[in-house]
Amino acid sequence: MFVDAWQYLLLHRAQFATAFGVHVTISASALLLAAAIAIPAGVFAARKAGAALAAINIANIGRTLPSLAVLALVLPLLGTGFAPSLVALTLLALPPILTHTIAGLQGVEADVVDAARGMGMTPSQVLRQIETPLAIPVVFAGLRTAAVQVVSGAVLAAFIGGGGLGDFITAGIAMMAMPQLLVGAIPVTLLSLSTDYLFGTLERRLTPRGIR
Amino acid sequence: MTWFLRNWDQVAIALWEHVTISLTALSISFAISLAVGIVAARHQRVYAAAIALAGFLYTIPTLAFLALLIPVVGLGRTNAIIAMVAFSLLILIRNVATGIRNVPFEIVDAARGMGMNARQVLARVELPLALPVIIAGLRVAAVTVISVTVAAAYVNAGGLGTLIFNGIATDHPPKIWAGALTACALAVGVDLSLAALERTLRRRRTA
Repeated sequence: MFVDAWQYLLLHRAQFATAFGVHVTISASALLLAAAIAIPAGVFAARKAGAALAAINIANIGRTLPSLAVLALVLPLLGTGFAPSLVALTLLALPPILTHTIAGLQGVEADVVDAARGMGMTPSQVLRQIETPLAIPVVFAGLRTAAVQVVSGAVLAAFIGGGGLGDFITAGIAMMAMPQLLVGAIPVTLLSLSTDYLFGTLERRLTPRGIR
Repeated sequence: MTWFLRNWDQVAIALWEHVTISLTALSISFAISLAVGIVAARHQRVYAAAIALAGFLYTIPTLAFLALLIPVVGLGRTNAIIAMVAFSLLILIRNVATGIRNVPFEIVDAARGMGMNARQVLARVELPLALPVIIAGLRVAAVTVISVTVAAAYVNAGGLGTLIFNGIATDHPPKIWAGALTACALAVGVDLSLAALERTLRRRRTA
């Protein structure tokens, strides 16, 4: 069966390369978009207790929504294809990044900030030199969760015409063609595992030496 | 909306299927996690191994997991339930072990001093005190399982995902709306109720 899958892969090299490319592109774009929205929003919300609580509550509801349901809801509104899938995946990636950014900034101890101010640092220096480095490991933990979720969600995007490796899986299931199914399922599993590993490594690297 | 009102019986059947599959998977996963979690709470090596394995399973994309099981168990409900158990193990094992570990040592010591044996300490002291953390895990696991069940309709497991896939296949948006919104409502509803239960248990514990 694995030999058949390998032969199928060799025969459909170009198709596989395109699907893999689309999968990575759509996942990376969704993650970047979500980070560009959720990190500034989180930094803003973390300063005000009321805003932070509201943002966390909304994000927690967003987190419980089933991925496929979100993708399916985008379909009647925006149609099929790459762009609607990108919108849905971005929506799925927002909650973990938002909650982790807020938690990361709020987790910086008040004493540390106080000491920095006492040393004569300006508010922008405190943000850049104290709060950001201390919050970064937590923010990266959020990005890691979001990244794995997006790679996984991008498989489901095949159902709304988003392309990617999910196409091989859905076609493989529809025709009960095991080689085709494996050509989608095995690479996407490896992609997800390496994404998790990559972000885990980044998370450790970016943790300031003092709190490692 | 009119489609929903005319076909509410169809939605109700799908919802019922969804709940039964999710509950079955959750019960199996909980039973496994309780056993593994209790052992893992006492042995760091078991904990590390269990978390590493469960973490690996958790990272595999849902649809890929369902697909990889097809050559082994074929299409249908068994496939979906195995996938759901695999996805909820990480959260449940971690919370059972953490909950038991967080019980203060003095309390366990006092219970032993009162003459309780290991089994009594576990059943009457450790597990009741770990309950809020275990329920918190159950809450995340329940939401995960409900979410996986939606996708599992693609391997003929039934449930609300069936409405979504039928709706997509026949280009019938009301059916998609009905399936997707009911699934969202179910997930949010279960999440909020278990959160309320968790709060009540925590309050009783501190009182």
